[in-house]
Amino acid sequence: MADIRLTDLNKSYGAIHILKDVSLDITSGEFIVFVGPSGCGKSTLLRSICGLESITSGTLEIDHAVVNEVPPSKRGIAMVFQSYALYPHMSVYENIGFALENQGLPRAEIKQKVEKVADMLQLTPYLTRLPKALSGGQRQRVAIGRAIVRGAKVFLFDEPLSNLDAALRVQTRMEIAKLKRSMPKTTMIYVTHDQVEAMTLADRIVVLQAGRVEQVGTPMELYDRPANTFVAGFIGSPKMNLITGEPAARHKAHTLGVRPEHFELSAATGEIKGMVEYTEVLGSDSFLYVATPQGLLTVREEGKTAFKPGDTVHVTPAAALVHRFGEDGKRLA
Amino acid sequence: MLEQLVSALVTVVLGVGGCLAYFYGSNILLDRLFPASASNDMAAVRNLKIQSSVRPWLFLGPALILLTVYLIYPVFQTIWLSFHDKAGTSFVGTANYSWAFNDSQFRQSIFNNFLWLLVVPAACTFFGLVIAVLTDRIWWGGLAKSLIFLPLAISFVGASVIWKFVYDYRGEGQEQIGILNALIVWFGGDPQVWISLPFWNNFFLMVILIWIQTGFATVILGAALRGVPEDTLEAATIDGAGPFKIFWRIMVPQIMPTIIVVWTTITVLVLKVFDIVLTMTNGQWDTQVLANLMFDWMFRGGGDFGRGAAIAIVIMLAVLPIMIWNIRQANAEQKGGH
Repeated sequence: MADIRLTDLNKSYGAIHILKDVSLDITSGEFIVFVGPSGCGKSTLLRSICGLESITSGTLEIDHAVVNEVPPSKRGIAMVFQSYALYPHMSVYENIGFALENQGLPRAEIKQKVEKVADMLQLTPYLTRLPKALSGGQRQRVAIGRAIVRGAKVFLFDEPLSNLDAALRVQTRMEIAKLKRSMPKTTMIYVTHDQVEAMTLADRIVVLQAGRVEQVGTPMELYDRPANTFVAGFIGSPKMNLITGEPAARHKAHTLGVRPEHFELSAATGEIKGMVEYTEVLGSDSFLYVATPQGLLTVREEGKTAFKPGDTVHVTPAAALVHRFGEDGKRLA
Repeated sequence: MLEQLVSALVTVVLGVGGCLAYFYGSNILLDRLFPASASNDMAAVRNLKIQSSVRPWLFLGPALILLTVYLIYPVFQTIWLSFHDKAGTSFVGTANYSWAFNDSQFRQSIFNNFLWLLVVPAACTFFGLVIAVLTDRIWWGGLAKSLIFLPLAISFVGASVIWKFVYDYRGEGQEQIGILNALIVWFGGDPQVWISLPFWNNFFLMVILIWIQTGFATVILGAALRGVPEDTLEAATIDGAGPFKIFWRIMVPQIMPTIIVVWTTITVLVLKVFDIVLTMTNGQWDTQVLANLMFDWMFRGGGDFGRGAAIAIVIMLAVLPIMIWNIRQANAEQKGGH
């Protein structure tokens, strides 16, 4: 229902340049995740799309109409804030219905819509409560309900899970994925610094660094073919090993990227010789931290490992699965 | 002049020194009487317990005694006086109260106090709120706020003298030096004797208190407004609320506890209003208020302790419930972590 197109979008506060020539095409119904380290501009980008921040130059189109100057409430977007931003003095019912009230809908219609949303999010028993009488997860659902009730074409999420504890975070992540499936035509844009959230939720991920788009692609594209060393190091857990020097030169690259699971280990022979410094045995897999002349390498072995700290070990990158990067950090073929 | 300065300095030094000496000395005395290093452990523990239960009373004692002498005792003495005659010698029952409720001056004062009560706290809070919001958005807002806050530092009598000049009236043919009359003459109108225009002159006096107290409301409400989470305002913007709706529906309700504290604080002040009326009109031209009426009966021409005390009790009864509510609100606000 809503295509979004960003063309050479720039945002600066005085001399500070936050977003640099961001161009992006988002198709209607996509789940897009902006990911990047803190300070990369991902929240500013989201707030610019939403209209809470003005755009310095470039254009933002929603449904093929330039909306740079359109106020937030007229853009057909809804936003879920990191802090939920519930109105503390209003009941759950009033919180969800506030936007409808502003649209001047008749009371009966507001009631019907709010109750439908409340039912969908299992909030019906809490409609008369104030936000302070709700748990973190319930507040989160009210915030989502406030977005749903407006029937917005675009949903924006600004790190919505960062205030929840680990267990609730996994559960809410699944609920958001379910919500997306139940609203296939709604475009969703989600900001996070957590690459696991990005990998699990996104149709496409936008990796940002220092106000620039580093790469756009499906989670597997980013995992299999990172465009540069930044994306290579950012996507995947544990991080990809980035090796320079003689072992990289052997593969005709300035920097060689090898994921921890793409090494072969041997006690006797191999490309890089090192010493096991530390091991983490998790049962299903084990991680070995190997000190080499090229720095500390992370190596994943399936199941348990026979190596112990102090052992000498040879590691060999699986030639077909290595990533080669040039001197400028960009991927070589 | 120099003599007064020296004696003031001596008083301050003696006062502060005396306090220090009292707290230090009484504490040492307590330690001596119940030593924590007693011969056996049982005695030491017991002494420590005694020390910790006595110490608060020792330290709070002077304040409690002063409060009793200057606050509690006068209340009871005033109640007692209000049931006695002119000189406070013979019991007259409720005669002073029934006099008061039939006295036209007293009724006038009640009516005027009621007017003050309706107008001044509402006006101060309203202007305070509006100014706090407006000054928050402009670069010279800080300066504007300081200027609006400034009158709070002026005494009521001083402020009244300033405003007396504003309302000043000079006879026909003379040059009007009061700014209000000067302006009216400039626009071709007739100068007025503002403070002797019955009924409306009440409002001219109220303006003075509003002028003084708006700064107080601005500062307190400004601080509260800054505590309103920014993202609730952003959420309301996305929800399609305009600036007025955001102000009234999102900002104001969130600082309601503070608004109530400001409102009631000024209400209590208004019930006690005295200096402005005394200085401006001394209750003439239908501007009498309870506090000034009490002063008249107690210490001036009237010289009637019974009637003065009765009026004082009426004022106290009016202030008390608002005061209690105010303190409760302030406590609740602190607990609420606003």
